Amino acid sequence: MKHEAIIDEPMVEVRDLHVSFGKGAGAVRAVNGVSFALRKGEVLGVLGESGSGKSVMLRTLLGLLPAHARTEGTVTVAGQPVLSLPPDALRRLRGSTVAMIFQEPMTAFDPVFTIGRQIAETIMRHDRVGRDAAMKRAQELLELVAIPSAKGRLANYPHEMSGGMRQRAMIALALACRPSVLLADEPTTALDVTVQIQILLLLRRLQAELDMAVVFVTHDIGVAVEISDRIGVMYAGRFVEEAPIEALVDAHAHPYTRGLLASTVHGQRKGERLETIPGAPPNLAALPPGCAFAPRCRHADDRCRAEAPEPRVVGPSHVARCHHLSAGR
Amino acid sequence: MLTFVARRLLHAIPILLGVSMLVFGLVQMIPGNPIDLLLPPEAPPELIAQMTAAYGFDKPLHIQYFSWLGRTLQGDLGYSIFTGAPVARELMSALGNTFVLAVPAALLGFALGVGLGALAAFHQGTWIDKAASAFAITGVSLPHYWFAIVLVVIFSVTLNWLPAQGMGFEGLPGSFAEARSLVLPVVTLSLIPMGVVARVVRATVLEVLNQEFVATLRAKGLIDREVLLHVLKNAAPAALAVMGLQFGYLLGGSILVETVFNWPGSGNLLNLAIFRRDVPVMQATIVVLAFFFVLVNLLVDIAQAAIDPRIRR
Repeated sequence: MKHEAIIDEPMVEVRDLHVSFGKGAGAVRAVNGVSFALRKGEVLGVLGESGSGKSVMLRTLLGLLPAHARTEGTVTVAGQPVLSLPPDALRRLRGSTVAMIFQEPMTAFDPVFTIGRQIAETIMRHDRVGRDAAMKRAQELLELVAIPSAKGRLANYPHEMSGGMRQRAMIALALACRPSVLLADEPTTALDVTVQIQILLLLRRLQAELDMAVVFVTHDIGVAVEISDRIGVMYAGRFVEEAPIEALVDAHAHPYTRGLLASTVHGQRKGERLETIPGAPPNLAALPPGCAFAPRCRHADDRCRAEAPEPRVVGPSHVARCHHLSAGR
Repeated sequence: MLTFVARRLLHAIPILLGVSMLVFGLVQMIPGNPIDLLLPPEAPPELIAQMTAAYGFDKPLHIQYFSWLGRTLQGDLGYSIFTGAPVARELMSALGNTFVLAVPAALLGFALGVGLGALAAFHQGTWIDKAASAFAITGVSLPHYWFAIVLVVIFSVTLNWLPAQGMGFEGLPGSFAEARSLVLPVVTLSLIPMGVVARVVRATVLEVLNQEFVATLRAKGLIDREVLLHVLKNAAPAALAVMGLQFGYLLGGSILVETVFNWPGSGNLLNLAIFRRDVPVMQATIVVLAFFFVLVNLLVDIAQAAIDPRIRR
């Protein structure tokens, strides 16, 4: 039942995706023309502040938006046109071929069912096996994500586990039906730093073992660099820059990316004052006509405020949307 | 779980003791004296004193309380001052008659309430939600003695399908024909539980639907029926709390509905006892009803803990 992709056909392909909530002048435009393609075994990090539209974009990939959301563009995941798929086909895609990991494992699990049951019901739904077989598979999954004494943990309720353990269980749940695409929505944000690293290493190992395509949404540039092959920097519902990880760190072209990198803490600049990006992310219900970053950008001129920049090629697989590309360096 | 049950059972003891004291005290405060009602005004003082002593009304209050409590704990509820019959027999019969109404009324009201509430919540803001909510509010707001009379006019007087009043059987209905006398009072009594449960279920289901794990359930590719099961199990503890209270009220009987249908239930018995200043009947009825109320809430507590493991502590 898996939709095996031919070598070069992307597992995830998004073309000019727009998502808005509400109508007319007051509409909140959360995603404004995102395009990217992701091949098998590739990890795309989506980096952005809260309110940049990254979570909405991710949920669109699984058709998980509320009914009043309006979408435009095309989203193809594992060969399936997600936005136009009938509900039943979409349901079969979810949890089997495409799985999702959520930010806060405490609230992402149902509090009144055991972890084992919650993993097993996904397996029973998609693989059409009995409860015993599903429970056995659930135990193997808990072992796969390195939860000690997995058999006993099956009978645990979510509140009986630690945060890190719950996120491991969440990953086990996502992997229940051997997905080929994994969507991760800030899966390490709610965890302690030491646990964060363990979860990242675990995800990286499982991603390589299972050869999954992963879209990893985060606001933490350190996490994004750790896990991704490529990074898309999202601002006001657009990718303002997309590049392979080395190019993004060493040769970033967009002033916003530069600002993000400059505002992270790292050892080499000990004692220096941290830079911040002035201002706040734009109101998605009233986006400026030009570049959305212009009000916060020190290089902005009249052209930036009047005309939205188109994506321009900066290097191999490296694209940025800016009128002053060299200014970001 | 077992220790939880044991602890809740122990908690029930002081509650019941408190209830017994309250009941005893309140009944003592009721103006009027049963002996005065029993004997003619011209009765000689010696006779009044003799009767008062016979019922123990001459002793200090705390002695009266403890001797009453002791007898009650042994299952001896005393004799009615007015009819002389054992209170236990009258009470059992009246409570039984109320049970026969309360259980089906609760089942009907709760089933409709859960159905309407869940339906409204899953279709929030649509005409389905508005229709279901309007129905629920109407159920709570209608004066149900009036609704009972309307039912009688339609189904008994005009259509002649169902009996207008009376039980027509003793204990449990023996046949379908005998059970017909249950229909109208049960439907009437189910209105308020239906409305109250529907409101709570709607609010709770909406709250559950806004939780993050519902997105997980959808992301897992579960079908609607499986998602519904998760949501309802999460909403169950709040709904059960209300159901427990509503069932308790039903056991107390409704004097108005029992009067309209001429049904010899606990509401009737208590009302009569109050008018007759029949202290033993009043005390026994209230204490037994309170006992059932505490019991039902205890069962609700246990059921909630069985459903939601976070409650067991």
